[in-house]
Amino acid sequence: MTEDRSVSHKSREAEARAQYLTFHLGEEEYGIEILRVQEIKRYPAVTPIPNSPPHIKGVMNLRGSVVPILDLRTRFGLPAVEHTRFTVIIVVTVGTKVVGLVVDSVSDVLAFTASQIEPPPQLAMGTKDSFLTGMAKHDERLISLLAIDAVAEREEPVAVEEAA
Amino acid sequence: MKIDLARFRETFFEEAAEHVATLEQGLLGLERPDADPDLLNSIFRAAHSIKGGSGTFGLEQVASFSHVLENVLDRMREGTVQPTRARIDLLLRSTDVLKGLLVSARSGEAAPAELEQVLADLQREQASGADPAAASAAGGEGASEHAAPPQATNAPQLRRIHFRPASDVLLSGLDPILVLRDLASLGEIREVTCDTSRLPSLTALDPEVCHLAWTVVLSSDACEAAIRDVFAFVEDGADIQVSVAAGASAAASTARGPAVNERATPKPTADATAPAAGPAFRRRASDVEASSSIRVSIDKVDRLVNLVGELVIAHSMVADVVSHFTLDKLDRLQAAVSLMGRNTREMQERVMGVRMMPIGSLFGRFPRMVRELSGALGKDIQPEMSGEETELDKAVVERIGDPLTHLVRNAVDHGIDDVETRRAHGKPEQGVIRLAACTQGGSVIIEVADDGRGLDKERIHRKAVERGLARADEVLTDEQLYALILQPAFSTADKVTDLSGRGVGLDVVKRNVEALNGSISITTTPGRGTSFRIKLPLTLAILDGQVLLVGEELFVLPLVSIVESLRPKRAHVKQVFGDGEVVMVRGDTLPLIRAHRLLGVPTEVIDPCEGLTVIVEHEGRRVALLVDDLRGQQQVVIKGLDVNYRRVEGVLGATVMGDGRVAFILDVAGLIRMTDPDAVEARRALAHARAETSYAPAAAAA
Repeated sequence: MTEDRSVSHKSREAEARAQYLTFHLGEEEYGIEILRVQEIKRYPAVTPIPNSPPHIKGVMNLRGSVVPILDLRTRFGLPAVEHTRFTVIIVVTVGTKVVGLVVDSVSDVLAFTASQIEPPPQLAMGTKDSFLTGMAKHDERLISLLAIDAVAEREEPVAVEEAA
Repeated sequence: MKIDLARFRETFFEEAAEHVATLEQGLLGLERPDADPDLLNSIFRAAHSIKGGSGTFGLEQVASFSHVLENVLDRMREGTVQPTRARIDLLLRSTDVLKGLLVSARSGEAAPAELEQVLADLQREQASGADPAAASAAGGEGASEHAAPPQATNAPQLRRIHFRPASDVLLSGLDPILVLRDLASLGEIREVTCDTSRLPSLTALDPEVCHLAWTVVLSSDACEAAIRDVFAFVEDGADIQVSVAAGASAAASTARGPAVNERATPKPTADATAPAAGPAFRRRASDVEASSSIRVSIDKVDRLVNLVGELVIAHSMVADVVSHFTLDKLDRLQAAVSLMGRNTREMQERVMGVRMMPIGSLFGRFPRMVRELSGALGKDIQPEMSGEETELDKAVVERIGDPLTHLVRNAVDHGIDDVETRRAHGKPEQGVIRLAACTQGGSVIIEVADDGRGLDKERIHRKAVERGLARADEVLTDEQLYALILQPAFSTADKVTDLSGRGVGLDVVKRNVEALNGSISITTTPGRGTSFRIKLPLTLAILDGQVLLVGEELFVLPLVSIVESLRPKRAHVKQVFGDGEVVMVRGDTLPLIRAHRLLGVPTEVIDPCEGLTVIVEHEGRRVALLVDDLRGQQQVVIKGLDVNYRRVEGVLGATVMGDGRVAFILDVAGLIRMTDPDAVEARRALAHARAETSYAPAAAAA
């Protein structure tokens, strides 16, 4: 009986929480809904796509599928860095498409309750559509939760517009 | 059970489409003087199969229509009436309606507009010459079946349903409770009584025998046929009675709560298509398109199974050698690997074969079309077909249909003259349109030829000058001249007819063919005829490619578009208009396209005399593509970039090379398009942006 209760207690708690995979870009920590993550891979051989926007690094061969690689640093206007042994690709699903995201390193899988998540800051809300769904606090860390569809799908590359 | 029915339903529609095709081809064949007497029988059987199947699946409109059709055919089979041209016309129109009805039943679209008219004509035909009583009875039956459903769906009725399944029903894996649940989905079950009177004592009970019977009182707006349909799979040996529970109808409608309303499935508005269809059917209507399937002959599948078996054996041989490997086993390893390679290659071919279908399924529509078009134009044209068994990828077959239709129309309308003109030229009165297909290497050639008047070179040239496509003093080769008629808005026809002549069409044909990686060429002899030759790849999935090196990247160029490769002499490379460059190749001046620039790939080889130029051809236009070097030729599997990304200009798709890296397959048409000034400008901006971002770290460091 006691066991039963603890199980049901746990599952109730799990319902209220959403799990996120967190990763780093420089000093900043970001989170992606774990249900969207298909796998994490080492940085592969990448073939650049002719005349693609700067944040598209190219394509990789993922077990026979051709999957585009998106560099989140370039996407967010952060300076490029040398790849290290921690540099990985997070393979996520966006609708029916599969996309790889280059990040500096992955760190944790964290669960947040709705009360832990705050709306994205006003600053980001000011832009046309924000890349963030919210901000989560965990211990002393502040984690930006990514709106992965907006990051991957939106056609016009922000960086190019600014540069041109 | 519902899921099962829905699956069978798809199969029914596929088979019905085949039966309709048989009907149509058979009817056309009837007109020939040497018609096979058995032909009528096969036509009849096709109509009968559609009727039977549609009855099973509750498609009453299809069933009643094919019933009337069948009656008319039956009369013909008995010899009571002759297959005259008018009758065949009517029957052909009926097959169109039948086709439309099937489509509407499948997708939920409205029934074809001609339905009423054709049905009325058919019924008149059916009645004529027959004994009046029988005819009116048959006509009445068709009409009432047709008219009944809309009324039946409105008021919910109370029905008493008695169901005693066959005692061995459990042995066939069917559970009577599912039937009862299905009944519940049709409306509201008011009362269920289970008759246990036949239940033996426990000691005598055989648990695998069904002893029970049920009586259900159901309030439903579904018609009786729909209710009976629920029992479709258990009716063998079962006792099923459906009767209206008298006087209960009014009570039912007042007692009907809102919950029932939602659940009552066949809405009055949707009755025209499939009144009896249950909710499972309705749900599927939307995904008809997505669930297109292939019918594969069983021996193709068997061979695949065998091959997989061999592959497994070959793998275990390799695994065995590798697990205790010593150098002296190298021979065995090589042998095992080469066996595995052979198996894999054969497997690849055969798996591709599964997607293949004979082009005859496409050719089948043309005799009918030629017959009707030529009739309308007062011409006498005989279609001739060969190579119908030539197999092509299903996707190619589906997408080449429209272009071929265009070409055939064109041949009927412009290619072949009317009877008088032909007679005046001393040709046989009957014109011939020839459709031929054959396999040639990795390609399929489809030819649409007519024995008409041929193309008028002078008129084409005049028109081209008018349209500004050529200069008056320009001397064009035949090839270039004929290619002009494939340009948009180019038509030499003197008058615009309903069929063609507006100049839309041939350019669309060309575009469609090229979208399939194919090419089209024209040959013509004045007074003797014109022939369009379409060359298509066997499959869209594999391509013969030439591997190229640009910078550090490998690219694949489709072998079909390569004319030759050469390293030009310095004297043969010229600068023109500042930016432009040309290469002289044996007197021809070809624009030089630098692949590294077009594709934004950095390379050391920028001197055309140090790299290689690949002469590629597209639409009779040749350009020289500068690359660093050539690598081998190989077959590559095409993978669409738009699956996970989007289409990229100048790129046909991607492929995975032997080392696991992705390489892009270049699209010659796209590359040529990319050389026009606007595109160049846009690319420059993009390259600039790229450069900015890659300088960023330096800036940050500073």
